Amino acid sequence: MAHAAHDTHGHDAHNHAPGFVARWFFSTNHKDIGTLYIIFAVVAAFVGIGLSMLMRLELQAPGMQFFADGQMWNVAVTAHGVVMVFYVVMPALIGGFGNWFVPIMIGAPDMAFPRLNNISFWLIVPAFLLTVASLFVGGAGTGWTLYPPLSDIQYQGGAGVDMALFGLHLAGASSILGAANFITTIFNMRAPGMTLHKMPLFVWAMLVTAFLLLLSVPVLGGAITMLITDRNFGTAFFKPEGGGDPVLFQHLFWFFGHPEVYIMILPAFGIVSHVLSTFSRKPIFGYLGMAYAMVAIGVVGFVVWAHHMFTSGISVDTRAYFMAATMIIAVPTGIKIFSWIATMWGGSISFKTPMLFAIGFVFLFTVGGVTGVKLANAGVTQILHNTYYVVAHFHYVLSLGAVFGIYAGFYYWIGKMSGYQYPERWGQIHFWLTFVGVNITFFPMHFLGAQGMPRRYADYPDAFTGWNMVASAGAYISGLSFLVFVYTVYLTFARKQKAEANPWGEGATTLEWQVSSPPPFHTFDELPRIR
Amino acid sequence: MRRILSTALALMLTAGTGAMAQSPAPAPTGEAVGAPVPWGTGLQEAFGPVKVAIHDFNDLVLYIIVAITIFVAALLAYVMWRYSASRNPNPSRVSHHTMLEVAWTVVPVLILLVIAIPSFRLIYYEDRARDADMTISVQGRQWYWHYAYPDHGNFAFDSYPIADAEIRPGQIAKLSVDNPLVIPVGATIRVMTSGHDVIHSFFVPSLGVQKYTIPGRTMETWFRADREGTFYGQCNQICGTNHWFMPIAVRAVPRAEFDAWVAQARTRFAEGNGPGWPERDRTTSVAALGGPVASITDHSAEARR
Repeated sequence: MAHAAHDTHGHDAHNHAPGFVARWFFSTNHKDIGTLYIIFAVVAAFVGIGLSMLMRLELQAPGMQFFADGQMWNVAVTAHGVVMVFYVVMPALIGGFGNWFVPIMIGAPDMAFPRLNNISFWLIVPAFLLTVASLFVGGAGTGWTLYPPLSDIQYQGGAGVDMALFGLHLAGASSILGAANFITTIFNMRAPGMTLHKMPLFVWAMLVTAFLLLLSVPVLGGAITMLITDRNFGTAFFKPEGGGDPVLFQHLFWFFGHPEVYIMILPAFGIVSHVLSTFSRKPIFGYLGMAYAMVAIGVVGFVVWAHHMFTSGISVDTRAYFMAATMIIAVPTGIKIFSWIATMWGGSISFKTPMLFAIGFVFLFTVGGVTGVKLANAGVTQILHNTYYVVAHFHYVLSLGAVFGIYAGFYYWIGKMSGYQYPERWGQIHFWLTFVGVNITFFPMHFLGAQGMPRRYADYPDAFTGWNMVASAGAYISGLSFLVFVYTVYLTFARKQKAEANPWGEGATTLEWQVSSPPPFHTFDELPRIR
Repeated sequence: MRRILSTALALMLTAGTGAMAQSPAPAPTGEAVGAPVPWGTGLQEAFGPVKVAIHDFNDLVLYIIVAITIFVAALLAYVMWRYSASRNPNPSRVSHHTMLEVAWTVVPVLILLVIAIPSFRLIYYEDRARDADMTISVQGRQWYWHYAYPDHGNFAFDSYPIADAEIRPGQIAKLSVDNPLVIPVGATIRVMTSGHDVIHSFFVPSLGVQKYTIPGRTMETWFRADREGTFYGQCNQICGTNHWFMPIAVRAVPRAEFDAWVAQARTRFAEGNGPGWPERDRTTSVAALGGPVASITDHSAEARR
């Protein structure tokens, strides 16, 4: 009797979704906020990818064809970087998948601070609007690194840089609040029996990511606040004529900027671990090693920042230290790569779209990782610093790493999130177009960089024409592949092919596969017990 | 489908090894040209000892990383073939192997040691010249270079790019300049870089030299050209609207020719300013730090093209 009453109550709770405005504009439900983040990231991706298409159009041949001048070009380069980092990759991985699945995976009813969660999302929207609006008032032609003196008012007049900086401030506040929320949730709201060492790797990844955010973003906040006061209120934190130092900004920026790259890749590590395990029908190989490798990457990631500054005049002994520390990161990264392969070893692998993206991730991240080992060596970076070799390196780990992680997660979870399974054939087409496109785009950039082509160039000497043409052709394929992705998403919702609670079979062991697809509005009425 | 993926991986790797297999073209007789070549995949040819040292180290690392990439790709390809659901319907449940885990922690450490030892040697070699023959002061400015010769009477001049329309035979568009930096061949050059307006980067790939020019600082590096010729580079730190149009040309000439050039240059550049362009910027670096500088809306350089 009591049992039946409970069921009825539970049924009511499931359907107790608020009205449209309350649900989507004042949302406190982690799944709805996660959905908002994912929609936001897709919208921002149109801007970010659109900018990269414009850039590749300009670079496909020598001469200035589409951009009026170098400043306009620099603005596009900067906006592409800022949009992709802060408004596409981070919202998709952290706000989107993190919000959706961290609470479910640890058996929590929601995030620890649901209203804080809502604020986090609604801060990122005006942040994005500020960044986009800055394009129309002159923009910031500084590169995403914002180095002064170029970002000072004498060189970047107008409100463009200020708007971009305030946008970053809002995005940073959003990230800090989100990080506090994740840490609290993961430490305090795990279901009975869910010890830290039983947590799914995606949750571990989000925990490390949240700590990186919490410790690094405030430093960016400090740096850009000083930049704002240097620009507008006559201070001289970074101006040598007033006793300041431009290199100080570089230290502060990269103290944030380097952990930031791990912030973008660690959640993808988590997703890839789940996908490889699921589609190999095997548990993760070396679970503890995998978890602590991420912790190690997070810790060491904080003490390597000046490898971005090897030509900035830091002393040779300092370079030696940062070089050594940077190379050490290859060790935990290697542990992850080999553990992923060992997870597949002996498995029974089915090659569904998420698995293709995950395998693609492992290989392409390896390519991006080994070029990182090369760049860690200050001796050779003396001639590779700031060249297209660096552009190739970080696009291999981000555009092909983090983004493949996002796609793997999307196809893995879209059935769970929407209740509708994606069309497998279109998913596979999307994978192959993306895989071919991005490799044609970014592999030739290694050659351009080795030959000495500097980054952030609107135009180049004729000798660089060939590989730039190839890279542009690849970029158009990649651009097309994004449209195929959007079409696949459209098909998913148009066909309404019902997703089962667990479409992936026995390999999918985490808690999200034990609730319906989509999960009820309140996922758990009763806390699950983990054996 | 798996086969396609393996083929794709194989193609990728062929491309990767292409970068390694490429060796510098045999040196032509006469003057050397240090510049990018069409469809080049490897590093620009080395024309100085610093770059030669970089090449040696780069080759070592490239062999190692290509080997690692092939190893990982082969493992992935094998796993995808051998453990596909059709070939291996019943998965194993193995999730630990201590020896294996220790091995893939220790082996990368050893590989890194192999890389690190020559790497440390290289950065200390690159750091500064022990016995420099002469010093040159390099200053990046929006959007040209300012060179000074403190050991030769401290004359100084500006080096501007040449507009595409005025490129003559033998010059390279977007790389040639009106007044190259002239040095004696075989001389060890100490380079002191200093900033003027924003940060620029003095970057000549074929000589293996790169250093930022940062306002408020003086930084040191060095290079030497072992062959006569012209070695091109470009500004390598975003510096405003004409970032892409402030090339560097270093001309290495025999000592006698260099001495003759110095004698001529001391009178020609007596005022410390280069000819050829309107002297809109006569201020010295120190005076200019606080003063007005061309804003982003100043497209005079653009107009000059």
